[in-house]
Amino acid sequence: MSATKHSDWGLRIRQNMGFFISVILFVIVYFLYHLAHPKGFSSQVLVQNSNEVFSLAMLAMAQTVPVLLGGLDLSVGAVMTLVDCLASHLLEGTGPSVGFGIIACLLAGALAGFVNGCVVVFGRIQPIIATLATGAVYMGLALFLRPIPGGKINEDINWAMTNALGDFAETVGIFDDGKAAWFQPIAGVPTALVLLVLVALVTWVPFRRSVTGRTVYAIGSAEGAAYMSGLNIAGGKLAAFTMAGLFAGIGGIFMAIQTSSGNADIPMAGAYTLSSIASVVIGGTSLLGGTGGAIGSIFGTLILKVISFNFRVFDIAPLLQPLFEGLVLLAAVSLGALSILRVKNQLELFR
Amino acid sequence: MTIRDADDLLVLKGISKRYGGVKALQDVSFSCGRGRVHAVLGENGAGKSTLIKIISGVVQPDEGSMTLDGAAVHFRSPAAANEAGIVCIFQELSLMPDLTVSDNISISSPPRKFGLIDAKAQRLRAEELLATIGCEDVNPMMRIRDLPLSRRQMVEIAKALGKKPKILILDEATSALTSSDVEKVYAMLARLKAEGVAILYISHRMHEIEALADDASVFRNGRHIETFMKGARSNDEIVQLMIGREISAHFPPKPAYEIRKPLLEIRNLSWENRLHDVSLSIGRGEIVGLGGLDGQGQKELLLSLFGVLKQVKGDVLIDGVVQKLNSPIAAKSAGGGIALVPEDRKTEGLMLPMSIAENLVIASLDELSSGIFVDETKVSASVADAIKRLKIKIGSPDDAVSTLSGGNQQKVVIAKWLMTRPDVILLNDPTRGIDVGTKQEIYRLLRELADEGAAILFYSTDYDELIGSCDRVSILYDGRIISELQGDAINEKNIVAASLNIAGQKTEGGAHVGH
Repeated sequence: MSATKHSDWGLRIRQNMGFFISVILFVIVYFLYHLAHPKGFSSQVLVQNSNEVFSLAMLAMAQTVPVLLGGLDLSVGAVMTLVDCLASHLLEGTGPSVGFGIIACLLAGALAGFVNGCVVVFGRIQPIIATLATGAVYMGLALFLRPIPGGKINEDINWAMTNALGDFAETVGIFDDGKAAWFQPIAGVPTALVLLVLVALVTWVPFRRSVTGRTVYAIGSAEGAAYMSGLNIAGGKLAAFTMAGLFAGIGGIFMAIQTSSGNADIPMAGAYTLSSIASVVIGGTSLLGGTGGAIGSIFGTLILKVISFNFRVFDIAPLLQPLFEGLVLLAAVSLGALSILRVKNQLELFR
Repeated sequence: MTIRDADDLLVLKGISKRYGGVKALQDVSFSCGRGRVHAVLGENGAGKSTLIKIISGVVQPDEGSMTLDGAAVHFRSPAAANEAGIVCIFQELSLMPDLTVSDNISISSPPRKFGLIDAKAQRLRAEELLATIGCEDVNPMMRIRDLPLSRRQMVEIAKALGKKPKILILDEATSALTSSDVEKVYAMLARLKAEGVAILYISHRMHEIEALADDASVFRNGRHIETFMKGARSNDEIVQLMIGREISAHFPPKPAYEIRKPLLEIRNLSWENRLHDVSLSIGRGEIVGLGGLDGQGQKELLLSLFGVLKQVKGDVLIDGVVQKLNSPIAAKSAGGGIALVPEDRKTEGLMLPMSIAENLVIASLDELSSGIFVDETKVSASVADAIKRLKIKIGSPDDAVSTLSGGNQQKVVIAKWLMTRPDVILLNDPTRGIDVGTKQEIYRLLRELADEGAAILFYSTDYDELIGSCDRVSILYDGRIISELQGDAINEKNIVAASLNIAGQKTEGGAHVGH
């Protein structure tokens, strides 16, 4: 009764077309970028790119979970900013206090997400409007914490996290201060990139295979059927928004570490939120919910960012950048809309 | 009423349920036994669905008690009923279209390893369950969305089997299946029966019930009428039990039957697997009814005539001219105009927050405009006309249409379409959920419109309406017209018999179309 393996791969590729297209697109465009860059294929460029990508990639992962439910979270940028401001107070010191500070920041992010979930589940309010409101509240808290940009982050952490693994090992004092022979081949890998992969492996992969994760997909696919199948709808939604808050919090911590300060920048929070939605869509997740995933959204972010990188090396007028990003987004959305052509009862288009 | 105490697995006593003012179930006592297939019979709205929803925990009864295996039970949710071993295969699928077959089959209790879902074990489980109903051809990694309807239904059955039911409820579970699948389902049911599972079987196909059922219960108007063993009643007697009521509404007199020149001609209309070679013609001044049980293609027929369905095969002619009906806009102006009073007035008929006047003119804005602007004087004149003609009870035309009662809302929907002065009027169960008085006004109105020269196609789930107001009635079964009744042949017995597609049924006086 064993099904043929190779046909399964074909099936997987067809089922995740959006994801594979975004991966291929990214690889091609990023390769071109390195070819054109004077210091192409160097650790230095990789490090710089990874640092620029990390926070938005986290927000894209955050946004993915509510979108899978069929909703939108307009507060992810605000949660990131709030945690950024909090981190600029808590991560100044040295030793264990930094560790506790990071844990506190993660909890704050998750709590903000949990509050969103409560408003949606118990207030029975649509996610988009619930998070518009809570996002404004979080922004207010961020401004309260940092009325003007400032604060300070432990310099070692800043150095260790925003450079290559070699620098990380040297700062932390492992692997002969990063000089061990076996370590050299990977010493040039950006720490932020490793962190990104770790977060995805440690959080997303298990979530995808947990009953809660399955419930989130089921709700986005057909909430009524999920209820009739005896799934915990409220629990799934709460978990989804809490996950979103947690990811946004990680993004906020990194932003504080990267900039060595806290800044309650309202326009930036808004721009990050919108870019997170764009990343999710480009990464192959349906705004209707039920299909896609956070890994795709990371690639969505990579594509968005690599466009701006290319503007630098190819010396195109930077004013054209939003136009290009918009076109990429439109193309991605159009691919997703192709299935509409197959609908034969036109009344279904309006349901 | 035969009661076999010792063997009864599930016993219901004095169950009642009302929705608003409607009594869906009244004082129903009912039981089903271990290792037996129990058919539940009844017309549309007889209370079968409510009964099943109560047994499977979807709704809670207002009164009455339920015992399972001798112990009193009270289910607050479908999950609670599942846990007790009551599993229902619903007519509306409970599958999640974006998840894979194996995800869906194990959705409520997936096999786990280290707390996470074990994809491999889950897949094996899906393969095993699908194999028990002969569906090895379904790849468990496929998404439900990409499966045809008949395969989805089989997955739904596999999902139910995976819950190890003590009582399995099949609500029209075979209606979407191919005949080879039906065989497999029969074999599966026989195995379950031998294992002592009680099976509640709801189907509108009499031959299935004859083949499968050990017992049958007839429901009518929310009441349990009778339970009998297989073979104790003839088909005729069963039909009589299902009808057994007086005609309550009053209808305007019908004109003498005459053969008319067709205005609307439908030739060999087919769509997907829901409509097969439907041919029908309606003359000016004629009201033709569409009958049959729910979901036999009546809605699809009306939707296809109104240009909502894509890739419809066959021709539609008005006054002998072939019409290209690819959207409601096209249908509105086809020939002398087609109008459709849709199934659900709240979503397809009305813009609830908008005013009564705005709703009334929404389909005829072209005629009521000069240039690009809506002509408010014309609008208020026609709104006043419409309100007067249909006797719509309103405070002010500027009130939101949502403030009206159901009957008056439906009048607004009808009036809205009459404003376009259509030649062909399609109605999809227009009297559902409205009061008797308004119903009678609608019957009178339809006859008036016919007398003024309209051709009317009228789908109703209420047999009385078809009998009382239609010149001819076509009964659909499985997307085909299987019987056309006219004159005195339009009676309840013939309609019910044709709806159930009872083999060998003679329709006195009417043409019987085989299939």
